[in-house]
Amino acid sequence: MSLMRSFLLLLSLAASLLATPALAQSDAATLRPLINELAKGKYSETEKQIGALVATGDPQVAPALEALSDGDLYARKADGEVFIIKKAGKAYTLIDPLTMETAGEASKREIKKIKVNNSLRRVIRSALGSLTLMAPDPAVRMAAAEAIFKAKDPDGIEALDAAIAAEADDGVRKKMEEARAAAVLNSDMDEAAKLQAVSTLGTMGNRDALSRLIAVQSSSEGALREAATTEITKIEKSIAAWDAAQNIWYGLSLGSVLLLAAIGLAITFGVMGVINMAHGEMVMIGAYVTFVVQEFIRSSAPGLFEYSLFIALPLAFLTSGLVGVAIERGVIRWLYGRPLETLLATWGISLVLQQAVRSIFGPTNREVGNPDWMSGAFEIGQMTITYNRMWIIVFAMLVFAGLMLVLKKTPFGLYTRAVTQNRRMAASMGIRTPWIDALTFGLGSGIAGIAGVALSQIDNVSPNLGQGYIIDSFMVVVFGGVGNLWGTLVGAMTLGVVNKFLEPYAGAVLGKIFVLVFIILFIQKRPRGLFALKGRAVEA
Amino acid sequence: MMSSFLFRAMDARAGLFLAIMAAVIILVPACNLLLPEGSTFHVPNYAVTLMGKYLTYALLALAVDLVWGYCGILSLGHAAFFALGGYAMGMYLMRQIGTRGVYGDPILPDFMVFLNWGELPWYWYGFDMFWFAALMVLLVPGVLAFVFGWFAFRSRVTGVYLSIITQALTYALLLAFFRNDMGFGGNNGLTDFKDILGFDIQADTTRAGLFAASGLALVLCFLICRAITRSKLGKVLVAVRDAESRTRFLGYRVEHYKLFVWTLSAMMAGIAGALYVPQVGIINPGEFAPANSIEVVIWVAVGGRGTLVGAVLGAVLVNFAKTWFTAALPDIWLFALGGLFVVVTLFLPKGIVGIVSQGWTALRQRKISEDYEAGSDEPPSQAPQSPASPANVSPKTSSSTLPADAEPQPAE
Repeated sequence: MSLMRSFLLLLSLAASLLATPALAQSDAATLRPLINELAKGKYSETEKQIGALVATGDPQVAPALEALSDGDLYARKADGEVFIIKKAGKAYTLIDPLTMETAGEASKREIKKIKVNNSLRRVIRSALGSLTLMAPDPAVRMAAAEAIFKAKDPDGIEALDAAIAAEADDGVRKKMEEARAAAVLNSDMDEAAKLQAVSTLGTMGNRDALSRLIAVQSSSEGALREAATTEITKIEKSIAAWDAAQNIWYGLSLGSVLLLAAIGLAITFGVMGVINMAHGEMVMIGAYVTFVVQEFIRSSAPGLFEYSLFIALPLAFLTSGLVGVAIERGVIRWLYGRPLETLLATWGISLVLQQAVRSIFGPTNREVGNPDWMSGAFEIGQMTITYNRMWIIVFAMLVFAGLMLVLKKTPFGLYTRAVTQNRRMAASMGIRTPWIDALTFGLGSGIAGIAGVALSQIDNVSPNLGQGYIIDSFMVVVFGGVGNLWGTLVGAMTLGVVNKFLEPYAGAVLGKIFVLVFIILFIQKRPRGLFALKGRAVEA
Repeated sequence: MMSSFLFRAMDARAGLFLAIMAAVIILVPACNLLLPEGSTFHVPNYAVTLMGKYLTYALLALAVDLVWGYCGILSLGHAAFFALGGYAMGMYLMRQIGTRGVYGDPILPDFMVFLNWGELPWYWYGFDMFWFAALMVLLVPGVLAFVFGWFAFRSRVTGVYLSIITQALTYALLLAFFRNDMGFGGNNGLTDFKDILGFDIQADTTRAGLFAASGLALVLCFLICRAITRSKLGKVLVAVRDAESRTRFLGYRVEHYKLFVWTLSAMMAGIAGALYVPQVGIINPGEFAPANSIEVVIWVAVGGRGTLVGAVLGAVLVNFAKTWFTAALPDIWLFALGGLFVVVTLFLPKGIVGIVSQGWTALRQRKISEDYEAGSDEPPSQAPQSPASPANVSPKTSSSTLPADAEPQPAE
């Protein structure tokens, strides 16, 4: 009987909510007496009082109802005020059920528990479900539907039916229908309804639906079982496809990080034939520039925080680029024709830069904030895509395209390519190769700097930031081949995707080891990388 | 005549080195064990261990110098061979602990008991015997180097590419040894050793013995390296270093020479690691770090690459500086080390020994020419400044015929 009554109550509630949304928001002054009413009378009266509370349609009453259901709602004997009680040893802390603020303490004798029985609890549960299912905020309704889906409580079906009828938001309605399907499968409704529920879950197509369907498959017979089985195979196929897509996405994301870290290295290596061991430190400098820019913005112009990365980009490019030019002019140009010595000298520089940053900024991680547009995630089908990863892929592609443009369409790029292919011939044609070297080194370092801005968003900004990327960057450059940016792109993406596909089978560390061994073997086969320069350029 | 002069210079240098080493090997343990603690000449225990550590580093530097200085293979992964030798010795020392471990298991090392391993993995068998462990100290780095070199040299991976993949090799091993599943103690490595060959590893006499053993191993490897570099084989190696393609076209199987010296060098690094572990009392995956390998290269560069004595000198000097700096001025050390890399490559391409020998040669020749100009009765038997010999026009060019002074660059 009480079930029927609460159902009617809900219907009337739904109607009243639709008709007069203004009623939904009541203030504490009207709610408080209603809550205090709960302390009076017998179970049947309490039930009516609950109905009155729910009729306000105000989600604020939910805590009080939950506390009542849990047996934590007490009345103060002195004035009849109702509070939620938190027990801690012998002390009873009074919490106001509306504001959720502490309202002093009481001894056991001063308060009286509001009694509750199972039928009341059921009333409260559906009342709560309907309160949240009908809440004005779509996110709350979504969460309520989600909760029912998880609990697959058949009692929720009526509330859901009412809510589905009233729902205006397509996404929320879909979720509610799925929740209803789950509840139907758990109820004792007829087979037709259940078959329909199975197909609803089938279209839902994710892991939750899969586990629910597997439960149905094992507990049912006949047509229902067959329907569940076909839906399960369908879902499993689609989940496998989505998993592969997700892995590719992770791989591309890792690949674009590698690309950002390695592309500057590829330029300097391609032009000067020398691996710049201090390249990782250029990345680190870029990240620290981001940190400094954000600190400055925080202290003097907090409104600009959303644009901090755009401000940091050119600054990081300039800072790292200038450091790069200084290194080239100061050290590397004296070591031309001695690639191994250059490698050692730049390693020394990287140690000095690391220690310098450690002395200035301290050895600990520095916090670089994510602007709002970089944080959060969205879903495509079964895939979760975080904004920061997505923007980094976009950014890596932009950097790559920009670099391609510079190298292919500007005079500087023409000179750079000429020097890469044949230094002496280029010099004979009147290209000032020392300047090209310095500028190219500056460009490569500057690119590393803006890579640092991007990496500051997904990694810890510490003096060791660059160290973590340097070996991976080498691998990308060596794998992709020298003197060809496409090689770097393909190398980075391949390594990224292969790494992510190996991870589920071999674990992250072992996967990485496999990749390293693979590269070592690959170099044996093609000592000049995937896209090697051919012909005389190699010996030049 | 010129060559005999050079050989005499080499002999003098090597003789000096051997004399100093003999003195060190005898005097340091003696001063530690025989002299009372208060004596001015007493060598404290920690210093014996520290110097023993330097000697193993020197041996590692010697191994790197052999491949880099004489064959032009810049290895950025020699620490891998060093650490593998160290792990082989560490496994022997772990097995020697027996029931004295925390868990008292007679067979399994503590970390395996801790990880709930039922039985000893197959690759731990035999390490309870010293001869087996000693063999593995040589074989494991040797075989790895042979396989790696076999692939790398046959496909003519040279120069920077080779350096990078040696670095990838040690990085891969670093990651692998960090894993607990590998059965080598994971992050913590192998430690808590009790005794070696029945002697308490903490005892003064054992430590002095280990010191002497390190010194002897260094001398032995030095002699082997010297024999190789002064033989015809050594000349071919230098030729490979200076002009690889030309050597190949002259009919030498370049990859065989490289493979031989590379494998030998890895085995020496393994011995160094094996002597290092009982003295410092621990081996962990940190030893595989690529940075360590690069540091070894700078020891060689500081001392003078292509001079065996220089490698030893550089290792001892740089490590002494490291010990001193990290204690007295810890913030400065990385600046100093980084600066050292830059300064040595820019201004001291031949290292300390190169500078000294250059200066010494120049001094000697000036003296000879002064004598000559002063009108001594007989012209000197050598003709260093004789215009007839184009190689000896000036001290500078004559010094360039020293193997030590040749540019150790691979032909690219």
